[in-house]
Amino acid sequence: MPQLSKDARHPVSCTLNGKEVSGYAEPRMLLSDFLTHEIGITSCHVGCEHGVCGACTVLVDGNITRACLTFAVQIDGCQIDTSECLANADGELSDLQKAFKKHHGLQCGYCTPGILMSLTAYLKENQDPSEQELREILSGHLCRCTGYVGMVRAVLDYCKNKTT
Amino acid sequence: MKPKGFDYLKATSVGEATEALARGGEDVRLIAGGMSLVPMLNFRLVEPSILIDISKIADRKYIREERGMVEIGSATRQCELENWDEVSEKLPLLAEALPVLGHYQTRARGTVCGSLVHADPSSELPLCLATLGGEVVLSSSKGSRTLKASDFQTGMLSVAKRADEMVTAVRYPVAERGVGYAFKEMSQRHGDYAIVALAAVASENKIKLGVGGVADKPTVREWENLDDNALDEALNTFAWELGGYDDIHASARYRRELVRRLGKKTIEEARKCRS
Repeated sequence: MPQLSKDARHPVSCTLNGKEVSGYAEPRMLLSDFLTHEIGITSCHVGCEHGVCGACTVLVDGNITRACLTFAVQIDGCQIDTSECLANADGELSDLQKAFKKHHGLQCGYCTPGILMSLTAYLKENQDPSEQELREILSGHLCRCTGYVGMVRAVLDYCKNKTT
Repeated sequence: MKPKGFDYLKATSVGEATEALARGGEDVRLIAGGMSLVPMLNFRLVEPSILIDISKIADRKYIREERGMVEIGSATRQCELENWDEVSEKLPLLAEALPVLGHYQTRARGTVCGSLVHADPSSELPLCLATLGGEVVLSSSKGSRTLKASDFQTGMLSVAKRADEMVTAVRYPVAERGVGYAFKEMSQRHGDYAIVALAAVASENKIKLGVGGVADKPTVREWENLDDNALDEALNTFAWELGGYDDIHASARYRRELVRRLGKKTIEEARKCRS
């Protein structure tokens, strides 16, 4: 692969929520800025921009990724999933999203897309997490509204109803 | 907070990366997981002219056992070691340390070798490497060399890696039979950097304690078996030798107290694990 010059904008293509998309990025452009400003999706929220708050969390090839700690040029050819992929095509919320709504797992909703993507990846590995395990996963995200209680309840409820 | 501009090169082999390092001089940085480096880029604490991405070097993604060591390639992510089938059996100290290393989300992308090169004084993986007496493999376009953990980390955020070198692997010694291992740390919240981190190894006649977060790098002491008062005294001497520093998270005094108390608990736990 050739060295990409800092002064030029380079083509970047990826599969975003199942659709092929492409745009241009300087090497220094963060994935969070690429998704928001170049592609135009609204769910990749930027909070701290140094990997602490977790609001920008997306999946890259199924792996949890802080979009603010990743450069757009790094994900060329990858599969990116954001919270836009969770609801059905007709807009009906996913079961996890419905559980968040039911249990007040969100208030302002700014941190929610990142948290939903973390949980989506985690619940594939562990379908029956304990409250303690969930709290450890949620510790990778900052929420200043809810105190996390509703989120924990929502996920436990979602897992219970899923397994029965 | 956006990084300053840099050229970007995605390396597909160690050779390609080391050649680019040799050409690039002092101003080149390697990126693997980026969990420590990108915050520094975003804050503009680091302003490289070229960033070489080594995360996609396929033959550096492995965990294998060789001659009594577990060797981990430089593209191996922390979660891959955490989820390795044999981690509890072969590397029990790391099996305890990995779940408290950053967050689930950062372990999904951060690499084992990257954390060692970043060399934060309170970081878990460098502490485990120092305590177990592991080694680091470095490569440049001229060849490769192996450094002992004690020669690799030279201080706070500094290692003996030359500008034209990359770390290609790390080796942790496999756990021995009849030896107990324990890891404990104190941090303000789950996933934060440890205020003090402790790693203990207890064998029949010896105890070894590694301490992170007090001196400018992980520091290890070994004693013949000591009990009660003699152990308290040894830990007290060790704590004063380490010194410690005041920062917004804790005072030097509190750090030394953690060495005394949590250090003792960690040693006791390692002794229990022997049986």
